[in-house]
Amino acid sequence: MKRTIVATVNNTSGVMNRITGLFARRQFNIDSITVGMTENPSVSRMTFVVSVDNQRGLDQVIKQLNKQVDVLKVRDITDDATVERELALIKVVSAPQHRGEISALAEPFRASVVDVGRESITLQVTGDQQKVEALIDLLKPYGIKELARTGITAFKRGTTKSDFETPKYSIIH
Amino acid sequence: MGPKMEEVQGRKLKEEYQEMTGASMLIQALGREKVDVIFGYPGGANLSTYDEIYRTGIHHVLARHEQGAVHAAEGYARVSGKPGVCVVTSGPGATNVVTGIADAMIDSLPLIVITGQVATSAIGTDAFQEADVIGVTMPITKHNFQAREVEDLPRMIKEAFHIATTGRPGPVLIDLPKDVASTSGIFNYEQSIDLPGYQPTVIPNKLQIKKLADAVTEAKKPVVLTGAGILHAHGADELMEYITKQQIPVASTLLGLGAFPGNHELFLGMVGMHGTYTGNMALHEADLLISIGARFDDRVTGNLKYFAPNAKVAHIDIDPAEIGKNIETQIPVVGDAKEALRMLNEYDGTPGEFSAWKEQLNSWEEEYPLWYKEEGESLKPQRLMEMIYEETKGEAVVTTDVGQHQMWAAQYYKFDNPNCWVTSGGLGTMGFGFPAAIGAQFAAPDKQVVAVLGDAGFQMTAQEMSILQELNLPVKIILVNNASLGMVRQWQELFYDQRYSNSIFPIQPDFVKMADAYNIKGWKIEDPNEMQAALREALDYEGPVLMDCRVEKDENVYPMIAPGKGHHEMEGIKP
Ligand SMILES: Cc1ncc(C[n+]2csc(CCOP(=O)(O)OP(=O)(O)O)c2C)c(N)n1
Ligand SMILES: [Mg+2]
Repeated sequence: MKRTIVATVNNTSGVMNRITGLFARRQFNIDSITVGMTENPSVSRMTFVVSVDNQRGLDQVIKQLNKQVDVLKVRDITDDATVERELALIKVVSAPQHRGEISALAEPFRASVVDVGRESITLQVTGDQQKVEALIDLLKPYGIKELARTGITAFKRGTTKSDFETPKYSIIH
Repeated sequence: MGPKMEEVQGRKLKEEYQEMTGASMLIQALGREKVDVIFGYPGGANLSTYDEIYRTGIHHVLARHEQGAVHAAEGYARVSGKPGVCVVTSGPGATNVVTGIADAMIDSLPLIVITGQVATSAIGTDAFQEADVIGVTMPITKHNFQAREVEDLPRMIKEAFHIATTGRPGPVLIDLPKDVASTSGIFNYEQSIDLPGYQPTVIPNKLQIKKLADAVTEAKKPVVLTGAGILHAHGADELMEYITKQQIPVASTLLGLGAFPGNHELFLGMVGMHGTYTGNMALHEADLLISIGARFDDRVTGNLKYFAPNAKVAHIDIDPAEIGKNIETQIPVVGDAKEALRMLNEYDGTPGEFSAWKEQLNSWEEEYPLWYKEEGESLKPQRLMEMIYEETKGEAVVTTDVGQHQMWAAQYYKFDNPNCWVTSGGLGTMGFGFPAAIGAQFAAPDKQVVAVLGDAGFQMTAQEMSILQELNLPVKIILVNNASLGMVRQWQELFYDQRYSNSIFPIQPDFVKMADAYNIKGWKIEDPNEMQAALREALDYEGPVLMDCRVEKDENVYPMIAPGKGHHEMEGIKP
């Protein structure tokens, strides 16, 4: 199963290395990682999409992350109300006569044309993973020349309580 | 009139916020942390630190190889319960301690390792004696730091000691670039520790403790499995109280030996690959398994498919990540072993009724005790271990290397006291046992320290005999000499059709002459009848000794769980 995990970490050198090294040596499968600064410049926020076989595998990912001194907080937000966004740049083969058709396809996805070449057109789409994938699928028949995806970044929807105040992950359910 | 208040405060301020070099800060901080010995080796990148060692006269032991230094620090940590401190230079000095750091990580030993590093301006340029020590040790330290600014150094050292010694202990490394060590800055060691990402849970949840206590009341066949977590927590007394009250039989992991007395009637012995039949069968048949400070290592569990099939599992561990990692756990208890036992002892559960279970265990013990054949001309290594136990009355600190002799020591020396057993469990590091004994002797200067070593493993760190010679340290080296890499030979005999590839020494050094070169008194014993008297003499001898004990070469360690098998499938359970 795929789970979306969010971690806040100290924004110090080598943290990314600690986390990716941990995933590699524990054989955790990650689909994507995104990192960026938060409102507090000394704290970064990482979003992982991981594939795990079962609850125990998921527990291990979270517990091992929690063990890192530079990891401040870890949450599995898959089942929460969240805002999840990914950005993809898709360069599609397109002779001039197909441009209109492709633009029309892109419209319901609110994808925008960011570059046009003689034989290609580049679209930018943002949204959750399903939306991005649906558009990619639709564009495949035209021939995708290049694809760049950022991976998911995510957020709990606005509630009264901030993420940072909820108790630390505990194995006592 | 006395001095004005501001003057007094000003003076105090000066003392606390003195300006000094990074190297000086390091030594000052080690003093504040009450470090009484450093094990190390100098080199280009840590000359400032060694200059400070020279000037302050802080106690430093010069190893003859950095691996010796780090294992000595581990032995010191294991016996004293305090962090072992190891100081080495950059590049090769640092990479030489990697094995010891990995060993300390997997066996949860608190270490502070200070590595020299090239100057900050040269980092990343493949400079002379540069190695990416932070990168190399990231997966094998509990945490590591590189001090890029001298004023960060006091905070890092303070945090390093805190992280190494709290929660689940482990090694912490500080990489100290040469220029930072010689630059001056303000030394402030009064800052409070602020690590929001590091908050180990020490006090267990009461509800979980109650669940566990209730489970004991309901159980018919409970067993307690003790691990080194109890020793780290100094919880042996609380364990004894708990077992005395509840009357639950106790089995131990290799590293947990000593947490509960080896001669106690409720003690079932070690479990795992070379554990006792009774210990392993107890796990296999138990309806309640209470693991305290043990992590279900694969050498303990055998094939997980067959592990404790009938048991409800309660797992007390200070590291939440260990709970549920290998074994599904019904009653997780996160916290310090001593605290958990204290809370269990406060809890007024009625002790269960386990007489039928104990009868079963006793009958296994009678039917399938540890055994070896007392036949032939040569000394039986198992008998040698018994003799060491008899002659030291079980009061020595025993260290071992890795291999057959290690398993025999674990089986036949009855560990009656906590923190007297020093062995490399998780990593199985040959070369560990001898330098660890040196560290152990520093931690327990008044105790007899016996290093039980294989003839192969001893040769990996034998150079540390120099320390014994230099300091007249009375470590007793007992070589269990089977002229082979015994454990490898055993596996080749059992699983590779006796193709003894590179496991039998065609030639050996004269170990007594080697000892002699270091002015260490040596004995060679071939006649089993002379062994006990010689051992007595060696133990009574005031300085260091080496005993080259020629034992039966073809002896195997039994009983055994072959790889892939379960606890109920032990082999070699009878002569
Ligand atoms: C550094 C290292 N290299 C290799 C091994 C694999 N190994 C495990 S036991 C053993 C043989 C040890 O021989 P010896 O020290 O004579 O002890 P014995 O088994 O004969 O008692 C070897 C090679 C190891 N554990 N550690
Ligand atoms: Mg040997």
